[in-house]
Amino acid sequence: MANHSVPSSVKIAPPPEELERPALVENNRSLGWISDTVAGVIENKTPGWWKLTFGISLLVSLGLPIGLVYLISTGVGVWGLNHPVAWGWAIVNFVWWIGIGHAGTLISAILFLLRQKWRTSINRASEAMTIFAVMCAGIFPAVHVGRIWFDWWLFPLPNANSIWPQFRSPLLWDVFAVSTYFTVSVLFWYMGLIPDLATMRDRFRKVAGKVVKPAAKMRNKLAQFLYGLFSLGWTGSNRHWRNYEKAYLLLAGLSTPLVLSVHSIVSFDFAVSQLPGWHTTIFPPYFVAGAVFGGFAMVMTLMIPLVSLYKGLDEIVTIRHLEVMSKVILVTGSIVGYAYGMEFFIAYYGGNPYELYAFKNRAFGDMNWSYWWMIGCNVLAPQFFWFKWCRTTPWFIWVVCGFVNIGMWMERFVIVVTSLHNDFMPGNWGYYSPSWVDMITYFGTFGFFMTLFLLFCRFLPLIAISEVKGVTPQADPHHPLGGAKH
Amino acid sequence: MDSLDDYQIPYGLMAEFDTPADAMHAAEQVRDAGFTRWDVHTPYPVHGMDDAMGLGNSKVGWFTFCCGLCGFFGGMLMIWYMNAYDYGIPVGGKPNFSPFASFPVAYEMTILSGAFGSLFGMLFLNKLPRLHHPLLKNMRFADVTHDKFFVVIEADDPKYEEEETRALLKKAGSKHIELVNE
Repeated sequence: MANHSVPSSVKIAPPPEELERPALVENNRSLGWISDTVAGVIENKTPGWWKLTFGISLLVSLGLPIGLVYLISTGVGVWGLNHPVAWGWAIVNFVWWIGIGHAGTLISAILFLLRQKWRTSINRASEAMTIFAVMCAGIFPAVHVGRIWFDWWLFPLPNANSIWPQFRSPLLWDVFAVSTYFTVSVLFWYMGLIPDLATMRDRFRKVAGKVVKPAAKMRNKLAQFLYGLFSLGWTGSNRHWRNYEKAYLLLAGLSTPLVLSVHSIVSFDFAVSQLPGWHTTIFPPYFVAGAVFGGFAMVMTLMIPLVSLYKGLDEIVTIRHLEVMSKVILVTGSIVGYAYGMEFFIAYYGGNPYELYAFKNRAFGDMNWSYWWMIGCNVLAPQFFWFKWCRTTPWFIWVVCGFVNIGMWMERFVIVVTSLHNDFMPGNWGYYSPSWVDMITYFGTFGFFMTLFLLFCRFLPLIAISEVKGVTPQADPHHPLGGAKH
Repeated sequence: MDSLDDYQIPYGLMAEFDTPADAMHAAEQVRDAGFTRWDVHTPYPVHGMDDAMGLGNSKVGWFTFCCGLCGFFGGMLMIWYMNAYDYGIPVGGKPNFSPFASFPVAYEMTILSGAFGSLFGMLFLNKLPRLHHPLLKNMRFADVTHDKFFVVIEADDPKYEEEETRALLKKAGSKHIELVNE
């Protein structure tokens, strides 16, 4: 409205140069360059490295059907589980994968609410990572129940015995938390894709006349049809953008408490039980910080190679983005380190001999290797990020993030296995080793995850085109580059 | 014989702009001229455009709120019905229904239905999906998802007069104005 604009007597000077923030997209690129670069990933020929990694991923993913078919046809005895460790790699892998997913939601929802504009370069790929990680996570609890043909009893569906699920169990809360998390992540991701799918539709439409070869013509028709169908007739109308942005804000507002609740509820699986080492009130915040920590490491593990392999993307995902993410890893890694220390202190200060034993056993018992791997990877490795060189050198960040991924897996192993293997009575104690089926199933999920992620990079815009355009200075109608006249 | 073009119904006038500032100033002029059936099409949401078009707050929030509320109470009701009314499961002398133990599930149901409400509320208010649109047939309009900005005034608008409207858009600074058919 007219009363919203500044009176003409007031002169607004541009901010002094030293206060101007560095542009998020380097080299002052135009709006069109952004769509050309990101869409180029889809339009150009399939690169050789893509075919190679896709083949390897597909091969590795075979471990999943082999491991699962053997497990389901034979029974959970094919895993390394036994008395007293009845929760082994399956639960470790479940918590690890679901934790990885949390960084995607943090980037897309929490950083959006905090107005961190740099998130636009990485949010699409991180959200895809979230969805694929939650898919991998969901496999494990579904198959670890043993008789998987009764899995549907977890859902509130009427069955022949007329018994309903038991809603006072944290394991059932988890079913609702994880399935809600997956569904909402998919909705959020799809909504963000709508304008970019419209960009792809229009790009294929523009070149349709120039395509001659019959095979290429077919491909172009198919691309126009599919991108057109899923972009739902988007025309970039401002009346639509108004509702779209409001819905985006609301979804971000809903996803923020969701992501915090999901890993809190995952931690309730442990914290609500009576076992020393699990029965701890620090678990919800400590699990959430750990999830963000491990998830950011996975985002960097995926993004650093992608950005160097696709031309031009390094001007959209810049060293500055990597540096900011390294800082997040440093902060959350230190929170996790604090939680490890505080757990030990409370075990001593709480005066419960079983609790104290559980913690001494973690650090110095017969599974102490996992504890020291965890400390080394999660607490010590990120401390390199105090130094600017370490935060701005991609290969170095990539190596540290690799350690963080290992460390977070070890953390879940420490929590699940070391608490179970030596509990209250020495007569109950035992050791745990995984079987080959545990291993190929876990490595199979890596293949599955990478296969999906590579398909995503090949066929969908892996950077949110319209969102990146929106944060450039030439997109701002009040900026000289956006056409404003001072 | 008349050509097919003679039977075509005009959809509206489409004016192209190169920068967001130009499109926004044009929108202000169209708004002040009192048009009602018109729109601005942009590659990304231009901030300040809602004011320039004279649009109020979006109503998506109501869908989110109502769906979220239904999700919460629906979740609570479901748990009460299943665990306390239809088939009580007594465990450890605890009450068959307690709002505290039911909270996590009801909370997740709130978020789940709130999220569906937001997305489908947005699509409903935008009258999407719409798989055919007169503008989508225009090749020049394909740049709306690339780097161009368009102001479109529909022929249905009561104030629409082809010559006058064209003059208004020209005055607003558009270098390319085109009549789009239905």
